[in-house]
Amino acid sequence: MQGKQLPKWNEIPPGGAILEPGNSVKRPTGDWRTFRPIIDKEKCVRCLLCWVYCPDAAIKIIDEPYRTASGKEWKFSVEVDYTFCKGCGICVEECPVKAIEFVEEVK
Amino acid sequence: MSRIEIRWHGRGGQGAVTAAVIVAEAAIAEGKYAQAYPEFGAERRGAPVRAYTRVDTNPIYTRAPIRNPDVVVVLDPSLPKELYLEGLKSGGYLIINTKKSVKEVYESIGRSDIRVAVVDATRIALETLGVPIVNTAMVGALVRVVPIARIETIEEVIRASFSGRLAEANISAVRRAYEEVKVST
Amino acid sequence: MQEVKWRRLPLNSNYAVAYAVKDCDVDVIAAYPITPQTTVVEKLSEFIANGELDAEMIHVESEHSALSAAIGAAAVGARTFTATAAQGLELMHEMLHIASGLRLPIVMTIATRALSAPISIWCDYSDLMNTRDASWITLIASSAQEVYDSVIQAYRIAEDPRVLLPVMVAYDGFIMSHTYEPVYVAENPEVIREFVPRRKTWLTLDPDKPITLGPIANPDWYYEIKYQQVVAMEEAYKVIKEVDEEFGRRFGRSYGVIEKYRIEDADIVLLTYGGLFGTVREAIDAMRKRGINVGGLRLRLWRPFPAEEIIESVKGKKLVIVLDRAISYGARIAGPVALELMSTMYRMSEKPEVLSVVVGIGQRTVTEEDIAEITALGMKYLEEKRVPNQTIYWGVRA
Repeated sequence: MQGKQLPKWNEIPPGGAILEPGNSVKRPTGDWRTFRPIIDKEKCVRCLLCWVYCPDAAIKIIDEPYRTASGKEWKFSVEVDYTFCKGCGICVEECPVKAIEFVEEVK
Repeated sequence: MSRIEIRWHGRGGQGAVTAAVIVAEAAIAEGKYAQAYPEFGAERRGAPVRAYTRVDTNPIYTRAPIRNPDVVVVLDPSLPKELYLEGLKSGGYLIINTKKSVKEVYESIGRSDIRVAVVDATRIALETLGVPIVNTAMVGALVRVVPIARIETIEEVIRASFSGRLAEANISAVRRAYEEVKVST
Repeated sequence: MQEVKWRRLPLNSNYAVAYAVKDCDVDVIAAYPITPQTTVVEKLSEFIANGELDAEMIHVESEHSALSAAIGAAAVGARTFTATAAQGLELMHEMLHIASGLRLPIVMTIATRALSAPISIWCDYSDLMNTRDASWITLIASSAQEVYDSVIQAYRIAEDPRVLLPVMVAYDGFIMSHTYEPVYVAENPEVIREFVPRRKTWLTLDPDKPITLGPIANPDWYYEIKYQQVVAMEEAYKVIKEVDEEFGRRFGRSYGVIEKYRIEDADIVLLTYGGLFGTVREAIDAMRKRGINVGGLRLRLWRPFPAEEIIESVKGKKLVIVLDRAISYGARIAGPVALELMSTMYRMSEKPEVLSVVVGIGQRTVTEEDIAEITALGMKYLEEKRVPNQTIYWGVRA
């Protein structure tokens, strides 16, 4: 039984309170993913709507300038944090310029 | 003094509940035990209302309603007599606000086994308070007829619950009724 | 330690609650008016307006919100209070479980009232009995003095680190909530505040030290967390007695978890709760004068149930008559306390007979004569060896 490793009733804080803040980093939900969003840095207009909508805070804003093929200069880039992205596809749905591709994971 | 149970009859807005509470407060202030409670739920102006006071020198435990009172106090003479005479103990007191004499009251109620006290509380209230709110006058009549609290204690309670001029006017009403009440012999 | 100075005031039970809440220096009050509870909160508003109590009064739009606000306030460490009755308590029901599940030491008073429909504003205990399994400690008082004292004790019990459960203090709606009687209240509330010192005993929300209260618990976790409440109730039983004894030593009044009246030599015991016990007590005196060997037991603590004390008190008796003012519809033994008593007695080797009687529903009058007649009926059943294994509905027109 898995229960064996779990704490006893008197080892759990009263009412099941969680005393340590920010513990979601301990749960890498990236392995739940069956489809992977991939941001096309060429098409991306850096509007950050994906960052707004992502329910798992798995959109990273990277301090990395980018120059597009047409010569447009961006001061930063946007990437998906695959450790936590669980592949819900909300960013794909919300992207106004269709810059996020959604491809099946091959494991 | 053993236990005395009083039932008050008035109409909504005449202050029967306040009168019941004033008497209990005075008895409690004198170190006695008392309960005062309204007829629960009837809070409509003009409707017949009842309130109750129970006083004892020993602790009171019962919470059963008073059904056979020792004393009935009637604030409004227009109430039907069947209403206020109901359950009044033989040998008990009917204290009534009326312009009638003791003899006339006896004639109208048809009971000779009780004692009757009359006071024209409406006139007293109009002359002291300027409004026909007779409850404090009836308290004055009650404590004269049935010694459950001293008139001085009643006055203290009234001073603590009403402000300045209103308190003094009510105390005048209490004293006038205390003096003017007439009891059957 | 400063000595307490008492003032003997004519108060009804609603006002007695308000004085106790003021004397415990409560921080947050959230309530919604409902008869017959309303004057509790009216009086508290007066205390706040007069500057006698420094508390936040939250006016809410429903009882569900009242308890929700109290839960929020308690979760940040405030000493909180709310009060309700009848439908208000029903509307709160969901939040009752949240308050106890989060282990928040909220104190609530209930002026008990019959449930609609049909609408009744009058007293019975059907509202309180519906909260039986909500994991709230439940005290039922029988005088305005006991209401005052119990509310003070309630904060000590609830905030004890061994307990951390919410507490309800119940008393008869109207029959007690609106009846004036003498009550000793502290003239120097500092002394009461010494008895209920402010201690941060429970987990609270603090932006500087964030924690999570009330997370989801999956099947691997939920059971253990609810079992904590089982243990907390067991602990509470000891704490309730300790607090009551300490209150007695400090202030000269204590009540125990049950009250016994003339039961030592009694063959027949009348068991009830709330204001009705006073009437039962005087009925017992009258019956004793007529040579009937009858005594009284009052259940002051309903949850946790004082099983040991009850068993000890009914041992060797011939008959226990349980007077319940609530109905568990569809149960053969429909009086909630009668049912509890019978299950508690199940393992006793020699147990008394139990007669379950429902009285006072929707504040149907109960007099000393009713009590005497019920006792006579019980004695007759006992003599004829046919105490019914079902509830008697006393006084119903049939």
